[in-house]
Amino acid sequence: MKKALSLLLCLALVATMTAGCSGSSSKSDSDVIKVGVFEPLTGANASGGELELEGVQLANKARPEVLGKKVELVTADNKSDKAEATTAAARLIEKDKVCAILGSWGSSLSMAAGDLVKSNKVPAIALSATNPQVTLGNDYYFRVCFLDPFQGTVMANYAAKTLGAKKVAIVQEVSNDYSVGLAKFFTDAFTKLTGDSSAIVATGNYNTGDQDFNGILTNIKATNPDVIFAPGNYTESALLIKQARALGITCPIIGGDTWETNEFITVGGADVEGAVMSTFFDDTNPPTEAGKTMVTAYKAEYPDRANVPAVTALGYDGYMLLLDAIERAGSADPQAIRDALAQTKDFEGATGMITINENGDAEKDGAIIKVVKDGKFTYLDNVTITK
Amino acid sequence: MVVGMTLSTFLQQLINGLSLGSLYALIAIGYTMVYGILKLINFAHGDIFMMAAYFAYFGIAVFLLPWYVTFIITILLTMALGALIERTAYRPLREAPKTSLLISAIGVSFLLENLATYLFSGKPQAFPEFPAMTTPIFVGGISIQPVSVAIPIVAFVLMTAILFIINKTKVGMAMRAVSVDYDTAKLMGIKIDNVISSTFALGSGLAAVGALLWCMKYPSVLPLMGVVPGLKCFIAAVIGGIGNVKGAVIGGLILGFSEVLMVAFFPAMTGYRDAVAFIILIVILLFLPNGILGKKQVEKV
Repeated sequence: MKKALSLLLCLALVATMTAGCSGSSSKSDSDVIKVGVFEPLTGANASGGELELEGVQLANKARPEVLGKKVELVTADNKSDKAEATTAAARLIEKDKVCAILGSWGSSLSMAAGDLVKSNKVPAIALSATNPQVTLGNDYYFRVCFLDPFQGTVMANYAAKTLGAKKVAIVQEVSNDYSVGLAKFFTDAFTKLTGDSSAIVATGNYNTGDQDFNGILTNIKATNPDVIFAPGNYTESALLIKQARALGITCPIIGGDTWETNEFITVGGADVEGAVMSTFFDDTNPPTEAGKTMVTAYKAEYPDRANVPAVTALGYDGYMLLLDAIERAGSADPQAIRDALAQTKDFEGATGMITINENGDAEKDGAIIKVVKDGKFTYLDNVTITK
Repeated sequence: MVVGMTLSTFLQQLINGLSLGSLYALIAIGYTMVYGILKLINFAHGDIFMMAAYFAYFGIAVFLLPWYVTFIITILLTMALGALIERTAYRPLREAPKTSLLISAIGVSFLLENLATYLFSGKPQAFPEFPAMTTPIFVGGISIQPVSVAIPIVAFVLMTAILFIINKTKVGMAMRAVSVDYDTAKLMGIKIDNVISSTFALGSGLAAVGALLWCMKYPSVLPLMGVVPGLKCFIAAVIGGIGNVKGAVIGGLILGFSEVLMVAFFPAMTGYRDAVAFIILIVILLFLPNGILGKKQVEKV
């Protein structure tokens, strides 16, 4: 009996191990082009990763072939963890031998893979990672979204001009490069706009995964700010807003693109009503023909969803841009793809026209501002800032 | 740094600290009970806490059971889970060295975390709201959520109940006997396996109550939600003197208050609040190696 049980357990173990690998079963046929999708599919950022992956899959369905070869997506879960991220990226490059990588949601996670793509000369396209460091000094990392210096300026403008704020409190996720970077760019832009070097009245720090923010928020309440800027992961941010409201803080709470996930609303409930964030894409008014096509395809694929998340649109764009580059390069050689990506000019993406500059970034000068209204992310404003 | 700290802000921080500390205390009692009997640090305790949160989430949000039914089912299921873990992962190792048991505990912890990720997905689930418990009452600018008051009361009542069980009942007497001398207790006709199972069930029941209150206050449920509270409560149990129930409560309160008060007095340091738990642990262990209420242990050779 005992032996049979242990045998069964061993079998189960082996079965799960092989099941884990089956997604990446190496079909070394030359008629398949392998593209790595590097996303957090478990852990704190899982919802963001899943939204991007859905965008990539949607695009893969719309355009499954390039150069007469089938494109195979190889998914690697970086588990929302910087250490796991390097392992996942290494696996894509060394074991699965992908020709390019898409992702990851979360700047810190993308940066963790930066050195690997650079030293192995495999091009990567960050989809919604907005921190400048992701592509800076790395010829192999590209991106299809705007950057945090821009996003910080957009939200600072919104706070100062639209909301008329004079004093702002900042809450940042200190273990997250995205959050710290965005908070800094916001601070720079806001103090410049108001001409008041002490316009930031309080700064609170927390760590990824924290659930109790009462201490930080009680301090902030005492400084009585006009607005709270709290860029960070969606679950923590939703809990933070809930606790702020329970403490009797009534001022507007604003944040960045990472808030736009369903979990932000389900966890935050009625308390996140009125939360304002900057993001990449508004599905009610796509800026391009490609955007309209993408929205139609999304609605057909997921008829019961309320709207198209911005990061899904970016996932779609990343994949389409990569296939365009492979076509222009005329081969699936990583180096050739990299060179073609670097020369991208006026590519029509769902989120707007994409031209890659010398840093590997898409030059984008427009952002969408959305607000949570009746439990939905609703379009509020369209901001263009010319440099 | 302390400039501008008004009385109401300070009182608010004290309330924050009390409710956080009492939550730690509740979970720490479970750690300490298991250690007291088996001399085993049950690293799966934080994950049992997480499973309890999922049981409650499924009861209310998925199966739409009334909250009181769900709470009872959650506590019973979690107790059964605790006893089951003991039966399958710890009992076969009863005669093995303590290190094997510890490794088995870590294994159970990983198993539960990955099982939860596999079954319930890695995405956070929203725990249903309890407006009666979360709608704040404002007293002179201080916001008090009913749940913040309920947590210390529940913690105190349960601590008293556990102390009563340990000191005044027959099964408690057996627990104490097993804790003092395992082999002699066996010779005296005490059914060791039953005693240990009931210890695990009780400890897991407390983790379930802790999880219910935790989720009312912080309404998101995640497969890895038990890791940090598990670690903090382990520290709380060690600070108070592991194996001592009152010590676990004191340790939990010390930890909760110091975390919140550090945020209050040194706002610039708030990112390091997790480090505070470890610093307190090191400092206390330097001066009181057995924790605050811990008994001096004589190593038997």
